[in-house]
Amino acid sequence: MFENLSDKLQNALKKLKGKGKLTEKDIDTAMREVRLSLLEADVNFKVVKDFIKSVKERSLGSEVMDSLTPGQQVVKIVHEELVNIMGKGESKLKFNPNDITYFMMCGLQGAGKTTATGKLARKLKKDGKRPLLVACDVYRPAAIKQLQVVGQSVDVPVFEMGDKTSPLTIAKEAIKQARKHGNDVVIIDTAGRLHIDDDLMDELVEIKNTVKPDEILLLLDAMTGQDAVKVAETFNSYLDITGVILTKVDGDARGGAALSIRNVVDKPIKFLSVGEKMDQLETFHPDRMASRILGMGDVLSIIEKAQDAFDEKQAMELQKKLKTQDFDLEDFLAQLQQMKNMGPLDELLEMIPGLGGNKKLKGLKVDEKEIVYTEAIIQSMTKKERINPSIINGSRRKRIAAGSGTTVQRVNALLKQYDEMRKMMKRFSTMGMGKKKGGFGGMRLPF
Amino acid sequence: MNKERKGFFAKLKEGLSKTKQNLTEQIESVIFQYKKIDDDFLDELEEVLITSDMGVETTMDIIDYIKEETKKRKLEDTLEIKNVIKEYLVNLLEENQEETVTDKQRVILVVGVNGVGKTTSIGKIAYRLKQSGKKVIVAAADTFRAAAVEQLKEWCTRAGVDIIASEQGSDPGAVVFDAIQAAKARKSDVLICDTAGRLHNKKNLMNELSKIFKILDKEFSEAHIDVYLVIDATTGQNGIVQAKLFKEAANINGMILTKLDGTAKGGIAFPIVNELKIPIKYVGVGEQIDDLQDFKAQDFVDAIFE
Repeated sequence: MFENLSDKLQNALKKLKGKGKLTEKDIDTAMREVRLSLLEADVNFKVVKDFIKSVKERSLGSEVMDSLTPGQQVVKIVHEELVNIMGKGESKLKFNPNDITYFMMCGLQGAGKTTATGKLARKLKKDGKRPLLVACDVYRPAAIKQLQVVGQSVDVPVFEMGDKTSPLTIAKEAIKQARKHGNDVVIIDTAGRLHIDDDLMDELVEIKNTVKPDEILLLLDAMTGQDAVKVAETFNSYLDITGVILTKVDGDARGGAALSIRNVVDKPIKFLSVGEKMDQLETFHPDRMASRILGMGDVLSIIEKAQDAFDEKQAMELQKKLKTQDFDLEDFLAQLQQMKNMGPLDELLEMIPGLGGNKKLKGLKVDEKEIVYTEAIIQSMTKKERINPSIINGSRRKRIAAGSGTTVQRVNALLKQYDEMRKMMKRFSTMGMGKKKGGFGGMRLPF
Repeated sequence: MNKERKGFFAKLKEGLSKTKQNLTEQIESVIFQYKKIDDDFLDELEEVLITSDMGVETTMDIIDYIKEETKKRKLEDTLEIKNVIKEYLVNLLEENQEETVTDKQRVILVVGVNGVGKTTSIGKIAYRLKQSGKKVIVAAADTFRAAAVEQLKEWCTRAGVDIIASEQGSDPGAVVFDAIQAAKARKSDVLICDTAGRLHNKKNLMNELSKIFKILDKEFSEAHIDVYLVIDATTGQNGIVQAKLFKEAANINGMILTKLDGTAKGGIAFPIVNELKIPIKYVGVGEQIDDLQDFKAQDFVDAIFE
């Protein structure tokens, strides 16, 4: 998400950066481009208007005009205003400290409710809760079945009563069930509905009045156009929602919805749902998002991802090995697998400051297959070979290539890389840098 | 749930009347605000069109057309502009319209991003074709999403057509291959293939789609193959990229515009037709099995502007 928008914005602002003095005309021209790129990114036109107005006003003020680097100042203002329209800080989920907590999920058809419900359940479970999923979509064929499959994959129970019972009754019964089984969070998955379908909207209101959810989360497709705001406004006026989960964020939509919602309905975006795997739910940080849009990178998210994926004990062991230069192909494999846990590599690359806007790196698709090959090659080696790769001679190479379904050239390339890496590490440790370089810091990775 | 069934045109109009309120009302408010056709008026109009999801490029084309026609016909009053826009849009849609005429066996491969209404649309198309006396087979090649096969089965039961399905997680190509054999053996008129929703920027998933298309192309070369992209009317500018990339992967030659019963304007359909010359084939206006209709340019634009 946001790639295209961030390209365009950066281009518009780049022209300002080099200048020692800015005229009103310079700013006007830049703002026109900014305006168009925001509109093209599906940002709500009212939001665009306000945004441009405040950026322009501030840009013409003394903080910019008197500055030695006025262009930089404008970028700073754009960043601040972006954060402003998206809301400040992350917005945490609200739990009921004394009783069962209820979440209600709602949204249009096909927004990704059921998938996101599964992801949320997984997250809660990971945080030590005992969630129960409730299948209240009695309209769409096989919706209940879908929730059951999703529930099973994250190992969370699903409560359902078939598709002949009214959603309200199901919700009521679910509460009883949760009490009986000691669940502390109940997530109600509702049917997708149009915001203008009064009957179905009233049904949600009834469920809301009965269950009194602690969170009413609206699921919104990141690819939605100008209609996004209208949908959010209507759901909000019926239900007084407590937050938004933006879905399908892994597409290449420019994310206009993300920039508009907070401003128009004054409700925070709580999560980004970024893929079809159950662990792909991210907390939304407006400030980090603004940095990403302006190509400033998002180091904090990388660190968090790393912390999430890396096992601390393993990391310590690895560090020790690096120092004593015992680093063998087994460790190499373990590292690769941890890297993979961090999510798609091109997503990570985007978050690295300076890389997001890098022309050369653009369109560079990191081929995840390369990692798969490397894994296969190492896995085709014997334990002995992994610990002491120097024994891998010609015939062993042939066997490994055949076993991994690759070629001898690939095996050679991998061994060479491994060799180089060891040399590099040796240099690091003699330079006394071994201490600082934990994790995968200075290594060349095989892709 | 059981509401009175309304005629299709009434429904389209009803659905689009929300669209109308947005688009026409906005256009009209600009028209009344400015009496004369000048640059300010056109600037304002430009904004209205962009915010109806029509995108910058198509909007510029419309504005250029208005400028030309204003000169040619010596128009002065802004009141006349609405018809000029309407005219442009109808022309645009009709230019790119083409009927499917074939006496071969037909295949319709239905593709799109997640959650646009592929499975629902297939249920409706199957029903329509069946009603018109065709023998239809549906292939459940969405083997990825949880319960997608069950959902399609339910639709096929409602439509009264055969389904070829495998288990979740099996190879979609294999399902399509089996379905082709079935279509040949049972001499079906139309084979409709469902596919898993996929984001167009996922390389592997798009490759998988190319593979499915190639299987159809190779194993069922005697058939007439249509590939329809399903676009959700609420989609913003991303719809253009979707259409571009799906076209590259599977040579789409038609579009199904869904969820027009909401407030979305479906404005994204215009730039897709304009820039990629992909005709709209069907429009979906509700969740019932008969809420899908052949696309007619004049009706569609009329419904927006009436």
